[in-house]
Amino acid sequence: MLLRRLGLGVLALLAVGAVAVAAGPRSGLLLAIGIGFGLVLEGLRFGFAGPWRMMIVERDGRGLIAQILAIALTAAVAFPLLAANPLELAPAHAPIGIGMILGAFVFGAAMQAVMGCGSGTLVNAGSGNLIGLVALVGFVGGAFLGTLNADFWAGLGQAPLISAQSLAGGGIPGLWLTLGALAVFAAVVAVTSAKGKRIPAPRLIAAAALLAVLAIGNLVVAGQPWGIVYGLGLWGAKVATAMGADLSTTAYWATTTNAAQLNAPILTDNTSLTDIGLILGAFLVMRGRKAPGAPVAPLALQGWVLVLIAGLVLGYSSRVALGCNVGAFFSGISTGSLHGWAWFVAAFVGSMLGLKLRPLVLIPARKAVTA
Amino acid sequence: MSRPLVSLIALVAVAGLLVWDSAATGLPDPFDFPAPVALGSGAAPTGGHCTAG
Repeated sequence: MLLRRLGLGVLALLAVGAVAVAAGPRSGLLLAIGIGFGLVLEGLRFGFAGPWRMMIVERDGRGLIAQILAIALTAAVAFPLLAANPLELAPAHAPIGIGMILGAFVFGAAMQAVMGCGSGTLVNAGSGNLIGLVALVGFVGGAFLGTLNADFWAGLGQAPLISAQSLAGGGIPGLWLTLGALAVFAAVVAVTSAKGKRIPAPRLIAAAALLAVLAIGNLVVAGQPWGIVYGLGLWGAKVATAMGADLSTTAYWATTTNAAQLNAPILTDNTSLTDIGLILGAFLVMRGRKAPGAPVAPLALQGWVLVLIAGLVLGYSSRVALGCNVGAFFSGISTGSLHGWAWFVAAFVGSMLGLKLRPLVLIPARKAVTA
Repeated sequence: MSRPLVSLIALVAVAGLLVWDSAATGLPDPFDFPAPVALGSGAAPTGGHCTAG
């Protein structure tokens, strides 16, 4: 077991070293940070979709409170850093809009249907969950397709950009506003949770602290907060371009940043690197365990097709929503964006619907035979 | 399918994507690598992000 774990550690170091040599030390560092995210999320079983389901179904708020703690710890460092280094570091700010809210609602429903959010789908795929892998294929396609209609959804109507910094001031005033709002959020979750299901387990508190450290590392190294969706949409765009699509005529891919990234190697894209690291980190945890765990229960053919479609919806809606549970919820709120809060409300309501849809999507193989 | 096999498929697919992409677009010029850490580099962040519409 020890030898195997050492071997896995060497494998991770080789991957980081190879990427650093091929694409530069920043790329290597971002892959390492992504691996760290994967190790924490899979190793300490810290998730987003699962705790939301626990809160809705069992009034178990421990996982959600751990998420709030991770966001608060990240914000405590991110706000002063952003205020002191506005030219080198960028927040995850976005406007609240009709399309954004609809997208977050649909994302919340889809993530419960396939039991995985943005980060969860990557972790699931890396840890050998076939539902996660099939959903990831759909996610990549959906995140790309979402870029093709991004201007339509934005055109439905958007409010001016509002952030904690614009409301209270940058740095410490904005931080206090965010921490105060997070404290109220945690109190509401605690009050509505069942007795004995309010205090997160030590492993969740440790995971929250480690996630905050990694998220700050992401901000410091990349110059922007942790994200998931952009990289997956980029992968889809790369494949579409290789198949002959001309994306230069689309509003999204014609922007200077996106056009440059489309023509640059994936190994230079910040979110792609942490996405790949998440998959690799989850793989390392799964292979480092005494037993890899049971495979997911087989689904009927229509179940697999529905998982693929749900993954597609997950990707599309996350693009429309201007981020997933990581880019919009975690990074948005922890760097002051009001859209992160709106995203949470819409996605949480969507999750309530998604939990009802789950049995209709994950159709077991046996049920299909007897039907 | 077992978990190790599924995760292996995922890793091979990602590795394949990176190899194909690197062959198609080329690797960055080593003399043009960005600073290892954005903070303190004096350069504005240039990458795309999920929150940018």
